[in-house]
Amino acid sequence: MDFNDTPEEAAFRSEVRAWLQKTAPAHALAAGQQISDAEQVARGKAWQRAKYDGGYAGITLPRVLGGRGGTIIEAVVFDEEEARYNLPKGPYIGIGLGMALPVIGKHGTEAQISRFVEPTLKGDLTWCQLFSEPAAGSDLAAVRTRAVRDGDDWIINGQKVWSSWAHHSDWGILVVRTDPSVAKHKGLTFFVIDMKTPGIEVRPIRQISGASDFNETFLTDVRIPDSWRIGAVGEGWACCMTVLMGERLNQGEEGKIASLMEYAAETPAGPGTALDQSANRLSLATAYAEEQAQAYLQARLRTMVSRGENPGALAAMMKLSYASRLQKSSAIAMEIRGAGALAVEPAESQTQALWDDYIWSAALRIAGGADEVLRNQIAERVLGMPGEMRADKGVPFSELK
Amino acid sequence: MNFDLSEEQKLLADQTRSLLAGHAPYDRLRALVDAQAEWDEVTWRALCEMGLPGARIPEAYGGLGLTDLDLGVISEALGRANAAVPFFSSIVCAADAIAMAGTEAQKMNWLPGLASGDQIATFASAEGKAGWRPAQPGVRFEHGKLTGIKLPVADAGIAGLAVVQCLAEGQEALALVDLGQPEIERTRLQSFDQLRPHYKIEFRAAHAELMPQGGQARISALLDRAAVQAAFEAVGAAEACVMMGRDYTMGRQMFGRPLASYQAIKHKLADTLMATELARSNAYFAGWAATEAPGQLPVAAAAARLTSLDALAAAARENLQVHGGIGYTFEANCHFYYRRERTLALTLGPKDYWAGRLVDAVRTQSNEAA
Repeated sequence: MDFNDTPEEAAFRSEVRAWLQKTAPAHALAAGQQISDAEQVARGKAWQRAKYDGGYAGITLPRVLGGRGGTIIEAVVFDEEEARYNLPKGPYIGIGLGMALPVIGKHGTEAQISRFVEPTLKGDLTWCQLFSEPAAGSDLAAVRTRAVRDGDDWIINGQKVWSSWAHHSDWGILVVRTDPSVAKHKGLTFFVIDMKTPGIEVRPIRQISGASDFNETFLTDVRIPDSWRIGAVGEGWACCMTVLMGERLNQGEEGKIASLMEYAAETPAGPGTALDQSANRLSLATAYAEEQAQAYLQARLRTMVSRGENPGALAAMMKLSYASRLQKSSAIAMEIRGAGALAVEPAESQTQALWDDYIWSAALRIAGGADEVLRNQIAERVLGMPGEMRADKGVPFSELK
Repeated sequence: MNFDLSEEQKLLADQTRSLLAGHAPYDRLRALVDAQAEWDEVTWRALCEMGLPGARIPEAYGGLGLTDLDLGVISEALGRANAAVPFFSSIVCAADAIAMAGTEAQKMNWLPGLASGDQIATFASAEGKAGWRPAQPGVRFEHGKLTGIKLPVADAGIAGLAVVQCLAEGQEALALVDLGQPEIERTRLQSFDQLRPHYKIEFRAAHAELMPQGGQARISALLDRAAVQAAFEAVGAAEACVMMGRDYTMGRQMFGRPLASYQAIKHKLADTLMATELARSNAYFAGWAATEAPGQLPVAAAAARLTSLDALAAAARENLQVHGGIGYTFEANCHFYYRRERTLALTLGPKDYWAGRLVDAVRTQSNEAA
């Protein structure tokens, strides 16, 4: 066990640091700076381009795909150093790098790889995910959006939901049903789709946060060429699994609880401060200990991945634990502020950021693997407990109620 | 970065686990409870043959000179087996206190015997309702004599030596006391944990010697190091509980299907497993820090303690729960951990104490970084 950088890692870190010092400040946002979504995307693309030019756009992506061919530990080192700056990064970039590229790299043709990989790495192409539907969330394989073959084209009809930043994305990754006569997992096919194709309508969802990061995407007689299909017809579920594998290795930003302790120490309460109260000490200490535990669990998983081992459902623990922890710790943070957390002057951005965390944590416990789905995965894949009874097993999709 | 046990540590874990599985199966624990035994001497001897009590004691004093993380691997296996041996009292607490605070002569005198396991020592700190570590200990050291009462003290029935937290010239201090003198009375108490008997020790001007480095700061460091080992023990016990609950519910049919197929059961065990793996991650780091980065130990030890005890509390309780009625019987094995959990939770001081230490240590660490 060794937490220090190896000589190679240390050399990489100082190289990254020097590069960031030179490059990052011009791209960084000022603390609390509010910008429009459109500007956010433009600046995110520019920062991605800078990383591409510096050779840091796809650190773990193989060289043949235009990546750096580096180790996962190098990617971690880069993320750690990059996190020292407040840089414009968002799902419009992350979905491309973390979901679209892996699936295109693994299941795509040579032509698709050369068409999509480089522009995505450069930040020229941004991506959204068109997976979930009103009746297919945790049960993703129940998607109803249909694609019907028409010569060299496919005609798509249906509705997708929860597509982050679809309104600002160039392309989407899409899973649809191509064969309702077979069991639900078997009748799916995977596509990439230009979001400017006629028949696509993106409508923002009004969320409980008041923002609209997510969208509903309606597809009405959308005609796309077969060359946008990724993998074989009927291979859509395998493609989805490739995408979802990438979703869970990076969870959580750390260091929030230590600053919350400082806040409590500066907040008068009774004869002393909020941090003198033993109830607060206990809840903050527990939250801190849990935050640390997750950071070290992440380190264990990264060690496994760096050796080529598959952390499997252990990675589900990262997501399961992070979402609840964010909900709990942002609630604690509000409690320490007391009634003052209920209403603030417009300029008081810290408390409003807490509101955002608390509200967002509710989404996080559902999105990308709901708590209950993850608990099933852990019980079944790590503990070897029986799978859920599936009423739809082996039943053709068209015969399901 | 490499955050995993080494091959040697994994081998040590396997060897300790299989030794304990062979010597201390649950039926043996049941027999020990029935006999109101002081300890499991046979298992202790087997551990001694492997040299395990001396694992962390420096080679100059008859030990193997291994690291805190190596010792943690052993503590974890002992926790998993719920072993009735004085490893925590004698090795984790008392021997470490002597190694950290004793004179050269005291180390030469006591550590080789503790390393071989021929000598057993205990650590006497708690004073009843005054708490695990009384700020003003009622036990006083004056003119080479120790006076006062310590309770509860684990394993004092088999120990020949005690390291005693006391007050000397108005300061918190550590004294070494030979327990085989007429000025000492040991009384076995009714102990909640039937596999770890606790005692009252009354010192009536007993002969004792101070350990010169045993001041307040050193005692705090000692407790941090002990908390790390207790965290490993709790992680081992918690994992045993999760696996026991899994195995039982897999084999039990209910309403025509395995009990383990119900989400109510799966989700409980998934949650306790997750808590255990998170706690293990903190314990690994704290074990590493104890040897390699002592400056980070106060935060790491308290964090490991808080998460490991929460994990074990949930695991021990839910394991019994998923067993249903059979879990409430002496014939099932849930109760060993259900009781041991309380021992681990209250030895070394309650949650509140460690929460306070963690908050203070985090703020000190971040002030130093700033």
